[in-house]
Amino acid sequence: MLILTCPCCGVTGEETEFHQGGEAHLKRHGPGASDDEFHTYMFAKENPKGVHFERWRHNNGCGKWFHAARDTVTLEVYGTYPAQTLEPPQDIRDAITAKRPGWTWRDFA
Amino acid sequence: MKHYSAFAVAREALRYHMGWERAWASPEPKKKYDVIIVGAGGHGLATAYYLGKNFGITNVAILEKGWLGGGNTGRNTTIIRSNYLQDPSAAIYEKSRSLYETLSQDFNYNIMYSPRGVIMLAQTEHEVRGYQRTAHANALQGVTTEFISPARVKEIVPIINLDGPRYPVLGGLWQARAGTARHDAVAWGYARACSAMGMDIIQKCEVTGISRDRGKVTGVTTNRGDIACDKLGLVVAGHSGHLADMAGFRLPIESVALQALVSEPIKPCMDCVVMANTVHGYMSQSDKGEMVIGGGTDGYNNYTQRGSFHHAEETVRALVETFPMVARLKMLRQWGGIVDVTGDRSPILSKTPVDGIFINCGWGTGGFKAIPGSGWGFAELMAKGHSPLCDEFGLDRFYQGRFIDESVAAGVAH
Amino acid sequence: MSTRLAKTGRLVDHSRAIEFTFNGKRLKGHPGDTLASALLANDQMLVGRSFKYHRPRGIVASGAEEPNALVGLGEGTRFEPNQRVTTTELFDGLTCISQNHWPSLDFDIGAVNTHLSRFLPAGFYYKMFIHPRPFWKHVYEPFIRQSAGLGKASNPGDPDRYEHFYYFCDVLVVGGGVAGLQAALAAAEAGSKVMLIEQTAHWGGRSPVDGGEVDGQPVAEWVDATIAKLQGMPNVTLRNRCMGAGVYDQGYALGYERVADHTPGSDAPRHRLWRIRAGQIVTATGAIERPLSFAGNDVPGVMLASAIRDYAVDFGVSIGDRTVVVTNNDDAYRTAITLKQLGLEIPVILDARQSGGGALADEARALGIRVENGKGIAKVKGGKRVTGVAICAQAGEGAVLEEIACDAVAMSGGWSPVVHLWSHCGGKLIWDEASAHFRPDPDQPPKGAKGEGFVIPAGAANGAGDLASVVSDAHAAGQAAAKAMGHKPKGKAPKASTSEEAPMQPVWLMPQGAGIKLRMKSWLDYQNDVKVSDVQLAAREGYESVEHAKRYTTLGMATDQGKLSNINGLAILSDALNQPIPQTGTTTFRPPYTPISLSSIAGEAKGEIFQPIRKTPMHGWHEANGADFEPVGQWRRPYCFPKGEEGRHEAVNREIKQTRASLALLDASTLGKIIVKGPDAGRFMDVLYTNMMSTLKPGRCRYGLMCNENGFLMDDGVVARLDEETFLVHTTTGGAESIHGHMEDWLQCEWWDWKVYTANVTEQYAQVGVAGPNSRKVIEKLTEDDISADALTFMGWTEITVAGIPARVFRISFAGELSFELSVPASHGRALWDALLEAGEEYGVMPYGTEAMHVMRAEKGFIMIGDETDGTVIPQDLNMDWAISKKKDDYLGKRAQEREHMADPNRWKLVGLETLEGEVLPDGAYATAPGTNANGQRNTQGRVTSTYHSPTLGRGIAMGLVHHGPDRMGEVLEFPKVDGGIVKAKIVDQVFYDKDGEKQNV
Repeated sequence: MLILTCPCCGVTGEETEFHQGGEAHLKRHGPGASDDEFHTYMFAKENPKGVHFERWRHNNGCGKWFHAARDTVTLEVYGTYPAQTLEPPQDIRDAITAKRPGWTWRDFA
Repeated sequence: MKHYSAFAVAREALRYHMGWERAWASPEPKKKYDVIIVGAGGHGLATAYYLGKNFGITNVAILEKGWLGGGNTGRNTTIIRSNYLQDPSAAIYEKSRSLYETLSQDFNYNIMYSPRGVIMLAQTEHEVRGYQRTAHANALQGVTTEFISPARVKEIVPIINLDGPRYPVLGGLWQARAGTARHDAVAWGYARACSAMGMDIIQKCEVTGISRDRGKVTGVTTNRGDIACDKLGLVVAGHSGHLADMAGFRLPIESVALQALVSEPIKPCMDCVVMANTVHGYMSQSDKGEMVIGGGTDGYNNYTQRGSFHHAEETVRALVETFPMVARLKMLRQWGGIVDVTGDRSPILSKTPVDGIFINCGWGTGGFKAIPGSGWGFAELMAKGHSPLCDEFGLDRFYQGRFIDESVAAGVAH
Repeated sequence: MSTRLAKTGRLVDHSRAIEFTFNGKRLKGHPGDTLASALLANDQMLVGRSFKYHRPRGIVASGAEEPNALVGLGEGTRFEPNQRVTTTELFDGLTCISQNHWPSLDFDIGAVNTHLSRFLPAGFYYKMFIHPRPFWKHVYEPFIRQSAGLGKASNPGDPDRYEHFYYFCDVLVVGGGVAGLQAALAAAEAGSKVMLIEQTAHWGGRSPVDGGEVDGQPVAEWVDATIAKLQGMPNVTLRNRCMGAGVYDQGYALGYERVADHTPGSDAPRHRLWRIRAGQIVTATGAIERPLSFAGNDVPGVMLASAIRDYAVDFGVSIGDRTVVVTNNDDAYRTAITLKQLGLEIPVILDARQSGGGALADEARALGIRVENGKGIAKVKGGKRVTGVAICAQAGEGAVLEEIACDAVAMSGGWSPVVHLWSHCGGKLIWDEASAHFRPDPDQPPKGAKGEGFVIPAGAANGAGDLASVVSDAHAAGQAAAKAMGHKPKGKAPKASTSEEAPMQPVWLMPQGAGIKLRMKSWLDYQNDVKVSDVQLAAREGYESVEHAKRYTTLGMATDQGKLSNINGLAILSDALNQPIPQTGTTTFRPPYTPISLSSIAGEAKGEIFQPIRKTPMHGWHEANGADFEPVGQWRRPYCFPKGEEGRHEAVNREIKQTRASLALLDASTLGKIIVKGPDAGRFMDVLYTNMMSTLKPGRCRYGLMCNENGFLMDDGVVARLDEETFLVHTTTGGAESIHGHMEDWLQCEWWDWKVYTANVTEQYAQVGVAGPNSRKVIEKLTEDDISADALTFMGWTEITVAGIPARVFRISFAGELSFELSVPASHGRALWDALLEAGEEYGVMPYGTEAMHVMRAEKGFIMIGDETDGTVIPQDLNMDWAISKKKDDYLGKRAQEREHMADPNRWKLVGLETLEGEVLPDGAYATAPGTNANGQRNTQGRVTSTYHSPTLGRGIAMGLVHHGPDRMGEVLEFPKVDGGIVKAKIVDQVFYDKDGEKQNV
């Protein structure tokens, strides 16, 4: 049973207040994109054992989406941050590095 | 290999069972094999078995990071059915079910296949129509199923409560020849048979790298040294993405936890499997007498083999409502497994971007029932380059938008 | 025989007798007894039969670890199988029966298995029953099932109440023994909010039995004083009869409180499940004594040494007059000394250690007890009760040195810390050579949300030995927990008694060189009948992993989950594999610690409140007027409104005829209603829908389709433009929440710079569909506003006042007749409904349900999400290209629909289907095509998506998806029925009724 903190309303809540919505920082490929780009966008998933960035929604709370940096093996939550970003903020990356030196995720490190 | 029979047991009893051989050998890895299968779960072992049995390929190693059958093969709820809607699914699951029927005799190892029947309850009008459609599809697919009335449901499962105030039972999709088997025995039976064919099952052997040369696989690196091969099959539910990463490609897969639980054992009270999808729960009774209970997956990527309690709670609540008799039984044990979920919730049995590497994964919550059929088809794919059972389950379907979607209900009607 | 002692029994009230029955026999006990102590006091040692061989089984333990003594408790609807007598408090009128035997406990036919046991070793069933094939299902399996399974469940339903509590605390302490009390006190004194739970009805654990001093007081007094102190602290919550059942991720724990098991029928809930979120969890869960593996160690009367001591001290029950003690450690001497001091006979203490015991051994000798070092038991004599033991040298192979008559055997193989809760969530163990047990590895605790350890073991659960070390360890644990929560620990641990004991010596098999005949009689798992020889067989056959051996032999898989057997079993396995015990490892500890009731997990949610029911403002009227409901999501919608003896079909036909002929009402309040507002609302609507929505004029409505990013149709409905910046989106009933979520997802995560606000107002409005030729007339009776055909044209909307209620009226039609939808604030819904019924009386008004709505839309050829779509259908399949804007660069799903398979001209397309004979096509039927596919499955070329009897046309009508369907008008397809026969149907236009729309345009 995870505990997450919503960066929008500041509430720290039980997993049952939230809903996970898949991988974070996806770049949308719409009309004009190649088959390969579209496939990667839709289906090629990061599914790491370890550091992961994902989308969550505080659906039984303020209703806002946000991003979480979480470990899929230890379930440790390194931090949460607003969804309106294209990449993980530096303080979140630093927090991960402190715990998991040498981590990478897609092009981020 | 010593033949198993009541006679053999009696004979051995006279010498206090000192004469039994190992069920499978424990060899050191060779330098090279024709085929390496990574993952000695049900699917991996079955693939190896049918490579040998159907194609005479026996220079095979099956590498297992832990102990054989220790992944989802050993932690599922043992349901075997083939009442799927879409043709490719029905084909592979029905092949599987029919192989299960004679597996004990094929192996000379009792896997306790018990064709006790499976009912999927229809608890909304929408589900009624959905299961009627499945029954029609099954009739043309050669899968024997029947949409039955609530009275017939009650006759088959006397302990059911048809008139729950919230979701009364409106009927059910009944597959009489579906059932259950002893999950561990399936892995052990395949392992014994593979070992008898001269294949090497190597436990505690973790693959740490995959070697390639000009786009073709050449072997694997393991904690027990490098091993070369011509063909490599990756059959590692829950860890497929991780292995694919070593081979340099990505999969349309996410790994999530699936939980199950059992009650304390009681005398026989339910002679079939009941699945109630509207309320998210299913239940059967094991040969030991435990009520075996499962539900839906937890909702986030997770490699811990355990889940959150509220999911188990939801499942138990559904079953107490459907079977009031279980209310005063007690939960003995709960556990979790890691399942691979694909973009369309159907499995992947496919060639990969790397020549010589084949992948079998993405069975989601339905892997155990597919073991023999999956092994049969995947062995053919690895041996011949294609298989009618696998052809629709290729990775290319995600590029083409040619999905195999078993979730008939897109939404609730107006 | 076992009997009641007059002088001891600190927990029982000798002055009062209460009655209970066992297998119909009326027996007497005292308040404070457990069912186990009461049975033993009545010399009822034999209480059940084992799982596999149906061997006689007696009580072995005094607590949660008991593997044998399970009974069926209670009667009727309160009957419960497999209830452990050692954890069942006795109450007046308790009834129980023994299990797993036929015809009776004393004479069990199944016990023939024990004579066949040689032929039924571990895993025998994998090697047998293979031929003939049908025999497994029909003969062997039913036989095996019938002989397994322990208790019977026959309960038709549970009359008791169960509830869930939520609790948040800094520190949860599990276990109310000395360690738990001290840990709780240390944490509470530091200022932490503490919850302390204890599974039994008593505080103090085993320490009052063994004595000693804490803080200068006898331990029992210290326990009472400490409880009093904790009760006085506002930051402490105490709960006894509350077991720590499981530890889950990030500090979530389950407490299982048996509130009223001992007072059945009282007003209180029977069980209460505490869902606790703790910052830190201290596991002060104690330790469990291990049996010794010698031949006949399963004969009733062979018990754990500590249990025999507990029964004597706590309950005043002696197990036997002559008790032989067999041990590999000093602790069991306490049992001998206790019994001797009570005047009972100890013929001998067999100490397997060549060097013997320490101070306690001297004390025993001083009391005149015979002590034999280096000796063990070769064999226990007796069937349903111990009659004696044969003594041998531990170092030998079991040559009998002497036989001693006795009626009880107290055994001790050492103690194992209870590490279950520590392990549930990933805490790792280390092997302690000195004590021969696994204990928590302080460096590898389970990790919480911030990567911190959140479980701290304390006392015996952490491997601590004597009282002094238990107290100091627990004090440190409590302080550490408080510190982790940011509180400042203060004070020092109180002083407590120390005891000097000689080292224990691991003894995994007695005697060490026991031959196969003895090993086949040396039990590891009493309930599942797993013996030393079985584990050795598993190892020989290659089931070498501890998990393989467990699963092959069923060791530790019984209802006690191996609390007594696991360590002994894996020691035997390690020995067979010639490897150290830590290399073998343990099997996984899983929740719950001991079984918890399914009812407690389900909690309050059953029957009517199993799930929430959503009700429209008119729901009460529907109920009062005989609606036949169907569940739709969490709503219940009237399927139809049968009158009198009318069946569903007749009711639906009547409702349709009335709608087409005159006037009928539909409660459409469940339709999703979402406001989309803002300067960029039009732009957003254009990506959300496949149609162009931004061009819609205020005052107008447009039907639209919504696809997901993967291209598939997910919802449809009518959009009304309220003003330049505001749209009102209608979704399907089931889609409201998910579509709103879908909108928010895209707005928040992709187009977050767009100025759009959405609100789901589904429950803020009641909506009534007024349909039929007289629909305008009835509304006109209730309003002064102009809703004439000219003022309010088809697909227009306006604001009016109807029956004095402000309303929006939408002139839209799903039934194909002249019809209006009236939307009013939810609080006015019922008033509107009543007003319409009253005003419509002259037109014979009646309500119609979902089925009539379905049939009428099918007559009109309108699609239904969930029927014509199933998650695999795209708008193009439904010939709805007209609803896909060609002018837009983008909409959700557009790129997906360009993929090879989506653009394939061979996709099945929507058509109407008309049976040749007028009958109704079966739901979900498929149209066959010649031949079979590569997997031998019949080829198909289409399928039915909706099929109904049309009372309007007097025949069956259907829609379906057919290969090249629209190009094949007039062709006849064959649809096989599941029960044989074929229905032939012609491909026709999908609109069956009023193709030109004249009815709705009046």
